[in-house]
Amino acid sequence: MSEILKAIAAPSNPNVPQVRPGDTISVFVRIKEGNNERTQEFRGTVIRERNGGENANFTVRRVASNGVGVERTFLSCSPRLEKVVVHRHAHVRRANLYFMRTRTGKNARLKQKFN
Amino acid sequence: MLKGLIGKKIGMTQIFDEAGAALPVTIIEAGPCYVTQVCTVESEGYSAVQLGFGEVKPKSLTGGQLGHLKRNNMPPLRFLREFREKNPELKEGDQVTVEVFKVGERVDVIGTSKGKGFQGAVKRYHFKGGPKTHGQSDRHRAPGSRSSTTTPGRVYKGARGPGHMGNDRVTVQNLKVVLVDTERNLIGIHGAVPGAKDGLVLIKEARKQ
Repeated sequence: MSEILKAIAAPSNPNVPQVRPGDTISVFVRIKEGNNERTQEFRGTVIRERNGGENANFTVRRVASNGVGVERTFLSCSPRLEKVVVHRHAHVRRANLYFMRTRTGKNARLKQKFN
Repeated sequence: MLKGLIGKKIGMTQIFDEAGAALPVTIIEAGPCYVTQVCTVESEGYSAVQLGFGEVKPKSLTGGQLGHLKRNNMPPLRFLREFREKNPELKEGDQVTVEVFKVGERVDVIGTSKGKGFQGAVKRYHFKGGPKTHGQSDRHRAPGSRSSTTTPGRVYKGARGPGHMGNDRVTVQNLKVVLVDTERNLIGIHGAVPGAKDGLVLIKEARKQ
């Protein structure tokens, strides 16, 4: 990528730390409703992380009520992300944890990694 | 005031607007352009402004080109393009910069599309091709019939078929300006514009707003 494009591209969001697949995180997203702005927490497991400069993104999966899985993808550089909190890491052997989609209940747990 | 610029396509990237939405942006290094000639109805029969862009070494231009630019003490310029303007307020030797465009305005962008070489009718004109099953062989991407039978006994001129694709002058209308950098002479346009990186593009005020 040319130097000019690097200078123009969206700068990285300083409130977003490095996240890894398997991490349990909370993403605090600014949401605009009419004239009000509020922050919404989205807590779940990171099942995918994609690099790519200004287009870098990660996908968080959480199981909502009635066992309905909800996945949300966030752009790492997005100014809408107020903060990202990493609660725990997990031992995973894959880069993309798509197998989590077919698992429910106790089967959907990941082994915690301490470091 | 003339709303036109000549520029060089730098490439595409992504930025965020005030609301936080991600926008695909094409960055164009536009201007500063010099007014190399002002055409008037009295002398040329039409009114227009000729802009020049892209400084080069003097030896890469011909004597005639240098003489044309020398009249107004301008540097050697590689590209000269005319922009139609009813009442040109500019004088020869003036500079036109990205400041003529404001964020939020609509523009038309003209470029030369990437050359695709000799292509079949499926890629070139979105023909459907032949059936993929039912005993077909070698007919999957064939164009089919091009004309009628004994009457007229020939293919009408202009009938669509395989041929050279791309490398054409292409205009994309009504694109939004999302970024103007006067320091670095950059203009950011929402969406894609025709042509490869480093390609020449013309930016004009949108005709249909």
